[in-house]
Amino acid sequence: MITVLFKALGRTVIGDVRYYAWLSFLMVVIGLGVNAYMQQIDRGLIITAMRDQVSWGFYIANFTFLVGVAAAAVLLVIPAYLYQFKPIKEIVLFGEILAVTAIIMCILFIMVDLGQPMRVWHLLPVIGMMNFPSSLLAWDVIVLNGYLLINLLLVFYALGRFVQGKDYKLSLVLPLILLSIPWAVSIHTVTAFLYNGLPARPFWNASILAPRFLASAFCSGPAIMIILLQVIRRASKVEIDNKAIFKIAELIAYTMGINLFLLGAEIFKEFYSGSIHKAPLEYLYLGLHGKALLVPWMRTALVFNITAFVIFLLPKMRENFYALNIGAVLIIAGVYIEKGMGLIVPGFIPDSLGEIYEYWPSSQEIIITAGIWAFGALFYTLFAKFIIPVYTGELKIGNQ
Amino acid sequence: MKGIAAGLAGAVLPVSAADAFNWDSFLQKHFKEMSDEEIKRVIERLEKEASLEWKKNIHISATKALPNVKFGYGLDLSRCIGCRKCVYACVEENNQSRMPQVQWITVLRFKKGEKWTDLENSEKYYKPKEVPEKDFFYMPVQCQQCENPPCVKVCPTKATWKEPDGIVVVDYNWCIGCRYCMAACPYGARRFNWAKPNIPEKELNPEAHYLGNRPRYKGVVEKCTFCIQRTRAGKYPACVEVCPVGARKFGNLLDPKSEIRYLIENKRVFRLKEDLNTEPKFYYFFTT
Repeated sequence: MITVLFKALGRTVIGDVRYYAWLSFLMVVIGLGVNAYMQQIDRGLIITAMRDQVSWGFYIANFTFLVGVAAAAVLLVIPAYLYQFKPIKEIVLFGEILAVTAIIMCILFIMVDLGQPMRVWHLLPVIGMMNFPSSLLAWDVIVLNGYLLINLLLVFYALGRFVQGKDYKLSLVLPLILLSIPWAVSIHTVTAFLYNGLPARPFWNASILAPRFLASAFCSGPAIMIILLQVIRRASKVEIDNKAIFKIAELIAYTMGINLFLLGAEIFKEFYSGSIHKAPLEYLYLGLHGKALLVPWMRTALVFNITAFVIFLLPKMRENFYALNIGAVLIIAGVYIEKGMGLIVPGFIPDSLGEIYEYWPSSQEIIITAGIWAFGALFYTLFAKFIIPVYTGELKIGNQ
Repeated sequence: MKGIAAGLAGAVLPVSAADAFNWDSFLQKHFKEMSDEEIKRVIERLEKEASLEWKKNIHISATKALPNVKFGYGLDLSRCIGCRKCVYACVEENNQSRMPQVQWITVLRFKKGEKWTDLENSEKYYKPKEVPEKDFFYMPVQCQQCENPPCVKVCPTKATWKEPDGIVVVDYNWCIGCRYCMAACPYGARRFNWAKPNIPEKELNPEAHYLGNRPRYKGVVEKCTFCIQRTRAGKYPACVEVCPVGARKFGNLLDPKSEIRYLIENKRVFRLKEDLNTEPKFYYFFTT
């Protein structure tokens, strides 16, 4: 079994020219990111555009988006195991490694945001001083690491079975699979509560935040899955039924519908009641006191999300790969803007003393962020490359 | 690899000696977990490190809260003339970074007759020829030392807490710099050291407190401590002492005969954002 896994590991470095070009590209971006991070370590977070007024920015925005992406797995798990939908059951594995990748990226984004990264052990229970249950950040540490562990276990269990040429024995892992569903919901809920529980920030302190988190997460993660599945299908011998992709697209139509509805509810409440707490939303969509840096982005996101919703809603459209891919890209971009910068920045605008500091990430901040994305892409590529020959049965015991 | 390790060490170490990893500093325990003996040893080390770095003898005390004391603050809005003397006295007393500028007190200027509940109409960067300016009034804001502090609730590592005398403090050696407390504070009272604090050596105040004005590190949060190094020694905070119009009052809320109790009981007082139930111990009032 170990030799098989070693062989699979060896295969990850074998590929065609395009594969090597892709890996080298990612390595270069990672290198640039590491270099920029070294500068940040040396000079401090002053190299970012964050300041006391807007004390969280692009890093935390990406973190928030990626917690959402980690949901991809569970939206595949539900149809696969609760409704025994076979085409999706065969590809759950690729969703699970996306979840693993997304969580690792989340942890990296938190790490680069810390002023004192070496002290991160202070967060841990027993050896550090975890402020549990009072701090939602402590909860987040628990749920994110738990989710990472659950998905890793599921992936390695499946791998082990494939190596032996045996089928997935459901009875053994079913409890874990079932646990992963509420757990995926919990990572979004806890992350939403992290912002939601702060009365100092009226934009976040709205009960609709957690439901909106869930709805948008269940759009972006699966949209990324749709793209990845097609890439995997084209670049390897893995067979992926169109039905699986179309089913995912159908699910996105529902979740995007809910997401847009919740956004509408929020816009109505703030603008119709018209209290001073509408200021952040005004900043996002109309501009506030002449400051409107995010307005074009937020309007673009809105148009993207609505267009994608229409594409995914109509079966004729979503079953046409051309339209489907446009829709998926629109959703990824739309949710990235909305659940990233569009969620974090207005929490701080206007700031708690009424000042408007317009935040836009610095070039170093963007490079560090790109580095983490490249790391995530590299991790997913190698992980997928590692499991594909095992998954297709090309590599298994007695078939060497 | 060596470069990376050195870079990491440099970021964390209070001393600029980035090539030697400081294990004592890395493994230092949470302030409240240390015995008096351990605190003494840690302070000796910190004094040595700080003295080396600032080329000046720095004395760090760890004076505890006095029994039966709960500090409260009063600010007379009808007297404040917006001169910002308090801001700069605080910077000097509490060793705030000069470049980049860190200031614990923010003075907001409002136009008379305009709505000011949402603070959005306030101006923080006013540059008057002289104060007070006609048609304007001023409201200084600093840490409100909440009895129910939202910043303490959210800190993931318990690096910030409320002392028995009501002062909310930060252990600069335990803070991981996540800035969750800054997101939670409704008064914009917390400051982050985005870069290494920069203070001219001769201006550094060498009389320091562990939980107060000792020199800070890059990447940690700081805030007003009611001048813990002074008030626990029976002195007034620097801002109270410097105010040229006597707009700032300070005292023990548990002493019925104190000035702060008198003004709470006899003047029209209010606290900022009372709807959030943070229970500030910082009272704004009007004498006229």
